[in-house]
Amino acid sequence: MRSVIDILDLSKEEIDGLIAVANDIIAQPEAYAEKCKGKKLATLFFEPSTRTRLSFEAAMYELGGNVIGFSEASSSSASKGESVADTAKVISEYADIIAMRHPKEGAPLVAARNATIPVINAGDGGHNHPTQTLADLLTIYREKGGFNNLTVGLCGDLKFGRTVHSLLNALSRYEGIKVVLISPEELKVPDYVKSDLLDKCGIPYEEVTDLESALPNLDVLYMTRVQRERFFNEEEYLRLKDSYILTVEKLALAKPDLAILHPLPRVNEISVGVDNDPRACYFKQVRYGKFMRMALILKLLEEAGK
Amino acid sequence: MRVDEIQNGVVIDHIPAGKGQKLYELLGLNALDCTVALIRNAVSAKTGKKDIIKIDADFPFNLDIIGFVSPDITVNRIVNGEIVEKHHMDLPEKLIGVVRCKNPRCITSTEQELQHEFRLTDRENRVYRCVYCESKA
Repeated sequence: MRSVIDILDLSKEEIDGLIAVANDIIAQPEAYAEKCKGKKLATLFFEPSTRTRLSFEAAMYELGGNVIGFSEASSSSASKGESVADTAKVISEYADIIAMRHPKEGAPLVAARNATIPVINAGDGGHNHPTQTLADLLTIYREKGGFNNLTVGLCGDLKFGRTVHSLLNALSRYEGIKVVLISPEELKVPDYVKSDLLDKCGIPYEEVTDLESALPNLDVLYMTRVQRERFFNEEEYLRLKDSYILTVEKLALAKPDLAILHPLPRVNEISVGVDNDPRACYFKQVRYGKFMRMALILKLLEEAGK
Repeated sequence: MRVDEIQNGVVIDHIPAGKGQKLYELLGLNALDCTVALIRNAVSAKTGKKDIIKIDADFPFNLDIIGFVSPDITVNRIVNGEIVEKHHMDLPEKLIGVVRCKNPRCITSTEQELQHEFRLTDRENRVYRCVYCESKA
């Protein structure tokens, strides 16, 4: 059974296909309004994530389908000690497709190996979050017209930021991508991402600690939040959380057609004043995320013969 | 020092010096009740020093475990004092139930009866990563 646990479970051609479907949904939503009639999406959220869950639910409703599920572990059988494997087997008897969020890394893979219906990873701890990457890719595609020959800056927490690693993985398959990694020393991209991905794919990159100097050359700026939940040590979190803040003044240094993305939620790393700038794409990105989830649900259900 | 040659059993040779103990533990040799010799820092023409394990009984060895410790190791099965099988190792593509994932955030730390599973991600540097969380072995 085909599932999507990691962005690399999808080939470049499949991602291009999902983007094409998402663009078609945007162009003619009524043509998709009953595509999933009679189908059920199970949203199994073992940790709260209102944004991602609502995006999946909105996606399924806009395809004419229904949604069942839970939004935190305490309201599921996990609180009684049920394993992820058993939960996946049980839900397979009720639903047609699963979207799973879990605090433990690899939990959706365990589900996929035990379910008889497709499983979509909706985030597993600090590990993978492929549908966020799909949202990022559609946003870049719609704002820049494609992916080739872009200079992409990634800023903030590049060490624990799973969305950054996934996006790098996805972009590594396109031509002429250049990457600028902007972070404090303590939150730099891990060495294995550089050696196993950037070096291996021959992607030119530079690591800088200064946002202002990097800004003028960027076509895309991907901002991230320093996440409290990824730190074992509160003091370290407090010291690093305000490392990079994008303001209206700093934005004056950037290209007029820069696209600013952020996986959200934002804390204070993008000043609210930036929201009105046409280069701010992070709220559009939320909408695009829903369309990519619709395209993915459709693809997996079709492949499953449902 | 002299360790007697074995007549029927297994000789695990060319273990990189210092890794014999680890291999002994991974293979669970402490559970055997036959004679087992772990020879450390034996003279090696190729590498200067090596470890050797001699097991004085036929033993169903797991080649994946041995290949994971080092692909340079050779395993000889001895019958009536003669080598009847000689195995050269290769790095196994997967390691299932051999090493444990140490990442406390990994699902293997909580999921009931889930086997720890690693895959070879970098042959040149012999890097194995957990299939669930991608932590290094």
